[in-house]
Amino acid sequence: MSAEPHYTLYHPRWYRRRVSVWWWLRKWSYAGFVLRELTSVFVAFFAVVFLWQLWAVAQGPEAYTQFLARLKTPLFFVLDTVAFLFVLFHAVTWFNLTPKAMVVRLRGTRVPDAVIIGLNYAAWLVLSGAVAFVLLRA
Amino acid sequence: MERITPLLWLLFSAGGTVAALLFPVHLLLTGLAFPTGWLEAPSHGSLHRLMTHPVVGVYLFVLISLPLFHWAHRFRYTLYDGLQLTHLTALIAVLCYGAALLGTAMTAYLLWSIR
Repeated sequence: MSAEPHYTLYHPRWYRRRVSVWWWLRKWSYAGFVLRELTSVFVAFFAVVFLWQLWAVAQGPEAYTQFLARLKTPLFFVLDTVAFLFVLFHAVTWFNLTPKAMVVRLRGTRVPDAVIIGLNYAAWLVLSGAVAFVLLRA
Repeated sequence: MERITPLLWLLFSAGGTVAALLFPVHLLLTGLAFPTGWLEAPSHGSLHRLMTHPVVGVYLFVLISLPLFHWAHRFRYTLYDGLQLTHLTALIAVLCYGAALLGTAMTAYLLWSIR
């Protein structure tokens, strides 16, 4: 990747108006787009919490108790609540987008979007139940 | 960079699917239900036994690593589009994918040492 700009030969650079950094606050649909993109930050946050839990369990019972105590602090409770809402937003927008990213054809006809979206939600329900079952029975 | 873009996109979409399907339930339990005492958190012993199982090990690796790459890819473009940091392209890419790689290495190391 080079930092050099690419110029088209014998062409002036077209005039481009500067767009404000806050362009996405002008419309709800733009704000929704940026909020959706920001869900990734909370996805990463929870992946790190997971890593931390893994580390605590590997360290021993004391570290694990400390991990559980840390999650009870108001800071983590607020962070986890916000992260949960963002992750839910990610899940819903992700499932609703799948038929656009993945077109499935069955015997020559396109599988309706609603079916693909429905299957996603069904998988979500089943997997969530399985995870809860394993974790609560442990 | 251009050559590995399809791979990065694949990691992004696989990670997005993993995060969408599995993060809400884990976050609801570990982040909210256990800390508030609504449900009882699993004991260290049972969680340790669970984590040392090879299948659970693979599950945890996928669960942590792929969503990190999902974040790296999406956050990278959030910085481009949202903050218009186009002049920092290379630096942002290195930091984002580097962090995801680091997290993946740490996960692999922990899962290996816990066996």
